[in-house]
Amino acid sequence: MTRTNYSKEEIILPAKGWFIILSLIVGLLLNLLPINESLLILRPDFVALVLLFWGTYQPQRVGMSVAFVMGLLMDVVNSSMFGQHALAYSVLIFIVLLLRRRIHVFGLLKQAPQIGLLLLFTQSIMLLTELLKRADFPGWHYFLASFTGMLLWPLISLLLKMSHSSKYDPNAL
Amino acid sequence: METTPQFFRHGPSSLVRLAFFIQLSLVLMVVDTHFKYLYEVRQAITVALYPVQSFAYLPITISNLADDLFIAQNLADENARFKQRHLIDSGKLQQFSALVIENEHLRKLLEATPRNKSKTIMAEIRSVPRDPFNLTIILDKGLQNGVQNGQVIVDNLGVIGQITRTYPWSSEATLINDKDYSVPVQILRNGLRSVASGTGKYKTLELNYMANNVDIQEGDQLVTSGIGGVYPSGLPVALVSKIKRDVSSTFAYIICTTIAGADRNKQVLILSPQFRPESLTDSADIYLEDKESEKNDAH
Repeated sequence: MTRTNYSKEEIILPAKGWFIILSLIVGLLLNLLPINESLLILRPDFVALVLLFWGTYQPQRVGMSVAFVMGLLMDVVNSSMFGQHALAYSVLIFIVLLLRRRIHVFGLLKQAPQIGLLLLFTQSIMLLTELLKRADFPGWHYFLASFTGMLLWPLISLLLKMSHSSKYDPNAL
Repeated sequence: METTPQFFRHGPSSLVRLAFFIQLSLVLMVVDTHFKYLYEVRQAITVALYPVQSFAYLPITISNLADDLFIAQNLADENARFKQRHLIDSGKLQQFSALVIENEHLRKLLEATPRNKSKTIMAEIRSVPRDPFNLTIILDKGLQNGVQNGQVIVDNLGVIGQITRTYPWSSEATLINDKDYSVPVQILRNGLRSVASGTGKYKTLELNYMANNVDIQEGDQLVTSGIGGVYPSGLPVALVSKIKRDVSSTFAYIICTTIAGADRNKQVLILSPQFRPESLTDSADIYLEDKESEKNDAH
């Protein structure tokens, strides 16, 4: 069943390149929303989630180059080291390209733990680069963002899927 | 970089791509941390992303507007409070202006250099980076509003940080508890000078290299000493929260908690530095010239 869905999407989607760009911009926007300190720890990386979605369902459109460019944009708006997010995102997309056929087999809910692991891996890369720069472990709560990301995955992928099968306003994300 | 759709992408090609991107990002990271070449690139991307950034800020703007429009009751209350506050403050200010004049006279008598008056710019916090490594905040005022690198950020309680990157319409400030950051301070009670360094932890600073028997108590207030010329003197910085005097070590372990906080306020003030860096180098040049002329005279 998932297979047929998948092939259907493959045919529908390529026409909507603007939608991919829009969703990435919305992801960036959600990453930029000014929120207070306690919620900041829980905020998942929306750009990584959107990239993950397109990486699994539209690997022809969103590959490592798109991930790299989005990473550079994230580095600038997040005022982190230039290339840090770029590195993490391109490695993430590489792994997704390897695993995407496996991920397709599962339903949205069962995909979530796998996505959570990938997000954890991305965060570890980011942590590693920071530790190389000026070692100071921020505490285990740093990884909480991956878990909220995991919980949000079914919702986000449902929204993104819905929106490219019908006319859906992606701004409502 | 190739962004055109590619229909068959597997095997070695994606590995090669990965290797390329990893190398590229490593090079970028090294260049960014050790050299200043990427500043313009950063600036260009920030300008390009300015609409997105301001759009993300929209909810706050709207809620501010809604607050202003609909809560008339609060406005009356607030007005009353501000009037009271204004009375108290103006009373204090009268005293202050008398003190300023007195201070000027005394300084003239002592032939000390006059204190420069600092100009201020009001700014709002746009966003806070999403990981705990970056102790920075993004402000909504930039080069266009006269913000410059090195300017000091304060709120109504004390020092928050310093401008470290400027873009046309926004700027980035590093908080004082950043690990690479230090502030020249003075203990308000006895005028003892030291340097407070960031620890990278939330609202925490430490005083390094203070002798074990130093006259410092818990609860002492630290203010900027004005040494170095970056910070105007007398701005509150932190309160001493913990002192451990270990006989076996030469120095006392002193931890302080910052008074101001970027997490509490939306509005901050950007202060112009007392001396501009140029004038500092100028005075250094003059000093060197004097030295040389003295040498020449001796010869």
